[in-house]
Amino acid sequence: MAEKMHLKLTVNGKPVEALAEPRELLIHVLRERLEITGPHIGCETSHCGACTVDMDGRSVKSCTVLAAQAQGAQITTIEGIGTPDALHVLQEMFREHHGLQCGFCTPGMITRAWRLLQENPDPTEEEVRFGMSGNLCRCTGYQNIVKAILAAAAELNAAKEAAQ
Amino acid sequence: MIPGVFEYHRPGAVAEAVALLRAHGDEARVVAGGHSLIPMMKLRMAAPEHLIDLQGLDELRGIEIGAEIRIGAMTTQHEILTHSGLAEAAPIMAEAARQIADPQVRYLGTIGGNVANGDPGNDMPGLMQCLDARFTLAGPDGTREVAARDFFESAFMTTREEEEILTSINFARPTGGWAYEKLKRKIGDYATAAAAVQIAVEGGKVTAAAIAMTNLSDVPVLSAGAAAALTGTGCGPEAVKAAVDAMQADIDPVEDNRGPVEFKRHVAGVILARAIARAFERA
Ligand SMILES: Cc1cc2nc3c(=O)[nH]c(=O)nc-3n(C[C@H](O)[C@H](O)[C@H](O)COP(=O)(O)OP(=O)(O)OC[C@H]3O[C@@H](n4cnc5c(N)ncnc54)[C@H](O)[C@@H]3O)c2cc1C
Ligand code: FES
Ligand code: FES
Repeated sequence: MAEKMHLKLTVNGKPVEALAEPRELLIHVLRERLEITGPHIGCETSHCGACTVDMDGRSVKSCTVLAAQAQGAQITTIEGIGTPDALHVLQEMFREHHGLQCGFCTPGMITRAWRLLQENPDPTEEEVRFGMSGNLCRCTGYQNIVKAILAAAAELNAAKEAAQ
Repeated sequence: MIPGVFEYHRPGAVAEAVALLRAHGDEARVVAGGHSLIPMMKLRMAAPEHLIDLQGLDELRGIEIGAEIRIGAMTTQHEILTHSGLAEAAPIMAEAARQIADPQVRYLGTIGGNVANGDPGNDMPGLMQCLDARFTLAGPDGTREVAARDFFESAFMTTREEEEILTSINFARPTGGWAYEKLKRKIGDYATAAAAVQIAVEGGKVTAAAIAMTNLSDVPVLSAGAAAALTGTGCGPEAVKAAVDAMQADIDPVEDNRGPVEFKRHVAGVILARAIARAFERA
């Protein structure tokens, strides 16, 4: 057994600490040590994107980040994006446009789309498909996911304009 | 699926990282973005006892554009894809980066890791040979430069010494037309075949060309014969066929889950012909 590390992270705006072996994966630290179970494990082989979280402003597959690499990082998971009482616009639009069926891929999808819309607030359909290409869905056929993200972008832009 | 046990180091300077490599010899590995190494560690195909994380080395980051282009080894594929100066100075870089992996992988995967890895499936090695790039390596006795065209020895074997760290990549600002063309089975897949092409044209005739192929041998294949076949021509069908024939004499694909040898040879020809057409049109 290797020595554990004293990890200090900021998760969803709150400073948190955990003891973990350096070789543990960030997804395991989040789910098992911090009980943040929004991000899912789909493949554990860097392919599906179900484990996507936001780390220091970048969408990452948390099954392919070592606990040690995440030391000091700012992390946002689906729990930090919206709550059942105050859904994020993306969550509203996924619901409205049927962007999910079983829901397993959805936390990763929304967390990725959240970063995508910050980098490109007014994407074309093609840009959404390219930007979401690291996230797999076995149910929806993607069409409604793309629709939901485009609708969320339109909604967010309208709200921004109204505020000006 | 988690990696074996290792001791983790996060040095703050290149010299410190080199000293760690020197102290731990072949029990140590550096990790950049980790998107080739961590999957290998999970499969226990790599089991370093000391893992030296380069993320704290800011001196290895960044893109500088002059007559020469310099890219720090820790620069990510995402940064390459979104850098406006680079898009203007060497547009083939973004065209290739777009076709590597997926957004999440590109946010972390670095150009240094992509070339140092020495995996025949990686896209940057062939592109670096096409651009005649030079790699700077820092070791215990200082730094040295190695040409990309001399760097790759066989699958996962390069001329980098165990104690050396790749710090940056330099190449002259390319001129003329360019294309990076890749056939993959799906987004996020390695190449079935890929071609990097740069062509300089004057008065409708090719004055210089560089052509490199990916994943069609255990190292990238720079095809001097293909480049020579284009030089002096207007890239008509005969010249393109001669270039494809010359390239096919240089590659050595093996059968795997991307297809049998004959299929790969065929695909390599189609991909190269497309790349030449696009590069010539842009020249
Ligand atoms: C799902 C998926 C799809 C992918 N698709 C593609 C693709 O289509 N094309 C492609 O080219 N790649 C692909 N990759 C690989 C990806 O681009 C990797 O990120 C890249 O190959 C390695 O970069 P890294 O920074 O992650 O390196 P790491 O994984 O950290 O390191 C790779 C190797 O290089 C060594 N190394 C790293 N940096 C240095 C340095 N500065 N000096 C000395 N040695 C160093 C490490 O010790 C290790 O042996 C894919 C990866 C995944 C997970
Ligand atoms: S669980 Fe991480 S990519 Fe599938
Ligand atoms: S909704 Fe079931 S995997 Fe996407």
